[in-house]
Amino acid sequence: MEFLYFLIRRALWSALVLIGLSIVIFTIARVMPGDPARLAMGPRASQEQVDDLRRKMGLDRPLVEQYQHFIVGLSRGDLGLSFLTKRPVNDDIAETFAATFELVLSTITLAFLVGIPLGVVAAANKDGWIDNLVRLIAIFGAVTPSFLLALLLQVFAGYVLHVLPTTGRFSPDAPIPHSVTGLLTIDTLIAGNFAGFADAFKHLLLPSLALSAATVGQIARITRSSMIDVAKQDYIEAARAFGVPGRVRMFKYMLRPAFVPPLTILGLEFASLLGNAFVVELVFSWPGMASYGVRSILQKDLNAVMGVVMISGLFFVLVNLTIDVLVGVVDPRVRIRGERA
Amino acid sequence: MSAAVAGESAPRISTAYQNWRRFSRNPTAVIGSAIVVIVLAAALLAPLIAPYPDHVGAVVNFRARHLPPSARYWFGTDNVGRDIFTRVLFGYRISLLLAAVVLGAAVPLGATLGLVAGYFGGWAEIVIMRLTDVALAIPPLVMALAVTAVLTPSLVHAMLAIAALWWTWHTRLIFSITRTLRTQEFVEAARTLGASPFHILFRELLPNCASAILVKTSLDFGFVILIGAALSYLGLGVQPPAPDLGTMVANGADFLPDRWWESLLPGAAILFVALGFNLLGDGLRDLFDVESVR
Amino acid sequence: MTADPLLSVRSLSVDFWSYGRRSQVLRDVSLDVPAHRHVALVGESGCGKSVTMRAIMGILAAPPARIASGAILFDGRDLLRLSAREREALRGTAMAMVFQDPMTSLNPVFTIGDQMGAILRYADRRLGRARSRRARLARVHEVLTQVRMPDPERIARSFPIMLSGGMRQRVLIAMALLSEPRLLIADEPGAALDVTTQAQILKLLRDLVDDRGLALLMITHNLGVVREAADDVYVMYAGSVVEHGATAELFARPRHPYTRALLDCVPKLSGGATFRGIDGSLPDYSAPPPGCRFAPRCPLAISACSRPPEARRVSADHYAACWRLEDAA
Repeated sequence: MEFLYFLIRRALWSALVLIGLSIVIFTIARVMPGDPARLAMGPRASQEQVDDLRRKMGLDRPLVEQYQHFIVGLSRGDLGLSFLTKRPVNDDIAETFAATFELVLSTITLAFLVGIPLGVVAAANKDGWIDNLVRLIAIFGAVTPSFLLALLLQVFAGYVLHVLPTTGRFSPDAPIPHSVTGLLTIDTLIAGNFAGFADAFKHLLLPSLALSAATVGQIARITRSSMIDVAKQDYIEAARAFGVPGRVRMFKYMLRPAFVPPLTILGLEFASLLGNAFVVELVFSWPGMASYGVRSILQKDLNAVMGVVMISGLFFVLVNLTIDVLVGVVDPRVRIRGERA
Repeated sequence: MSAAVAGESAPRISTAYQNWRRFSRNPTAVIGSAIVVIVLAAALLAPLIAPYPDHVGAVVNFRARHLPPSARYWFGTDNVGRDIFTRVLFGYRISLLLAAVVLGAAVPLGATLGLVAGYFGGWAEIVIMRLTDVALAIPPLVMALAVTAVLTPSLVHAMLAIAALWWTWHTRLIFSITRTLRTQEFVEAARTLGASPFHILFRELLPNCASAILVKTSLDFGFVILIGAALSYLGLGVQPPAPDLGTMVANGADFLPDRWWESLLPGAAILFVALGFNLLGDGLRDLFDVESVR
Repeated sequence: MTADPLLSVRSLSVDFWSYGRRSQVLRDVSLDVPAHRHVALVGESGCGKSVTMRAIMGILAAPPARIASGAILFDGRDLLRLSAREREALRGTAMAMVFQDPMTSLNPVFTIGDQMGAILRYADRRLGRARSRRARLARVHEVLTQVRMPDPERIARSFPIMLSGGMRQRVLIAMALLSEPRLLIADEPGAALDVTTQAQILKLLRDLVDDRGLALLMITHNLGVVREAADDVYVMYAGSVVEHGATAELFARPRHPYTRALLDCVPKLSGGATFRGIDGSLPDYSAPPPGCRFAPRCPLAISACSRPPEARRVSADHYAACWRLEDAA
């Protein structure tokens, strides 16, 4: 029961964050100096055309009214019209969001699949060479600019080794999957289209690697320190005194409690992850929200920009809620006390 | 056991000296500071030591285009013949300046807000912490993109954008430290002695946060430089022909993989400085035993 | 009582190595724990009781600690000569330990039933017994009932955080009883609980000894508890046993200067208002005094005390290690 209240509180927090976000982004887009309509049309358009656009976009209304319109639209899931394409921003984003989602999902999966075992091994091998190696990996993952890593991967795996494709989501000649979830890898698997799956997977690999570098290191490090902390706990010694074998102690008894900090860290880090996703998408020409967002920014399409920011915020908030649920599942203390440790 | 015998006093070693010794024993700290010193020196002395100081501006030297690294041009030349090594040196100036200004604004602001929220609690805490929650939900890069898009791309706007989000991390950090500190007795003592809130905040609580702030700021230098580089890579930071590291990587990326030096060497330069600050921050963290700093 | 005691520690010496320096943490420790007896090992913090306990259980941290000499006989076999595997086989089956702090000794993320079931599963495996999951759960419930837990089914389904301290302590005892051990080592039982609950726990332990013939070794620093509950008591100081005997006898006629000082420290309701401590502090284990380790603090120390005193008989079941027994009357 407490857990339910906890989740409700978190959901309210999420809503608050999104509202705050909408205010911030609205302020930036409309209140900042510069005429959005003029910005969108460019300096060469006539005043008449600019005024025309302004009226169509409702930019001549009082600010408060504009904001109300914006919020109401948001609550209905309507992000307004793009200045440029004149289509609803929703449609534009919907096309691209799935790609970004797939990339981020595979990155997180990769980060956990690699990071957690690395952290466990580092903890078991404390101060040994594996531990130092993991530490090195973590440091370099954190300090390498994501665009540099993306470029390097492209060069090595793509051009030098000719092993993996370097741009896009799937080859033009590959069998195109029927879209169910929008995630190419899942869709092709569901359809039994293994050739398509292989193709989509190969395209996904490099961008995920580039994006996951920083996160893998962090997860490994936090898992390591978390495992070390848990190993010192009385209940682990008690398990040993009761004859529970070492392997079971490590993988069942220590790993479960140690799992929570990496999850929490992911929640905190997710914003940075999204930010880096933008850069990586551009390097690999990945047709996700990032390229759409950057294009909109360069073309001063402010409604689109606001849309992208709001969706990013929503993504962040939802990921954190999911993490809250997962933490509750793993750690009964959170579930019962109804609060985050 | 203790060697001190009654009547004899052991020599007092100052804490600063002890800290210095521990610091210099720590390999990460030493390597980190060495790198930072090198980069700082390179940036400060750039006008003096750069082999081709005029290559910083809008100079074209078509005969020397796309030359690989050699004794003449240590890092090679770019697509219009400019010496990359020189531009990297001057690029460091821009990166460091960016980070210094951003953190110079964000850290005091963030720390103050954190102190206020942590000490006074109540409405101050609610308002400030909700604000940080909102700010933390925005990817810094996306925010910076949005801001620099609305205002024209330039170094100043980039700094503004990053600073606008960065203070939140410090607020969070200082808030959690202050919240645990405020229940301790020395705060009560100060209050009963009639100290003003200002005094309590800045003379009592702040010094206790000093080590955490120092560690986080060192780490932040690296991260801010990385974000600034990402911004310029996308074309939204410093504008050409200014020698910005991120822009150089972007320009050189077109010529990969044959003319790798044009984009990989500036990229390595970014990695180098970020590494230095990261190691330095780690070393300081080990020194101060601060656990809660990311 | 003519049979050999179930557990017999013989002249056990343990060293701790750190930064190249050796600390002699246990020196020549001998104690016996027969079946049907509740034996208390008493001493102040740092005297080596936990090290003794862990050495018996085989969970000493082996690199810093090293068994220098001695033997630990359990049912006739010297545990120190067994392989790590064989020792592990005994843990949780023939010999079990009840941990001190109920708040931290249970894994917070698993249910009681899960944890106990796991222990039972591995114990069964070592004993060559096959038991179904259901049977294991039944056994878990059975043991929980033995420690007088109401509603064992609910307890088994609960997480540690849902239980009170007293209940958790009972769970710890229940865990130890799962495979019907013959030796139970209890580390400060009930020390983390209020007095009333502690009394219940002690009564429970007593009943187990009496009804099931367990050999119980209780580690404690609380003299009151010893007097109330234990049959025999061993007094430890600075890594050695200084005096041991039947509780009633030892408390009535303490012979070792340390034991006497210790008993003097306990404030009596009838006595005066003075609080007495013992001057001085524990010796440095890396540079201990030769001979009797209590000598530096002992009011009766003489030059002979620079030789390690042997345990000398005071009466039928009362021994003290002091050169000046006769004068300590």
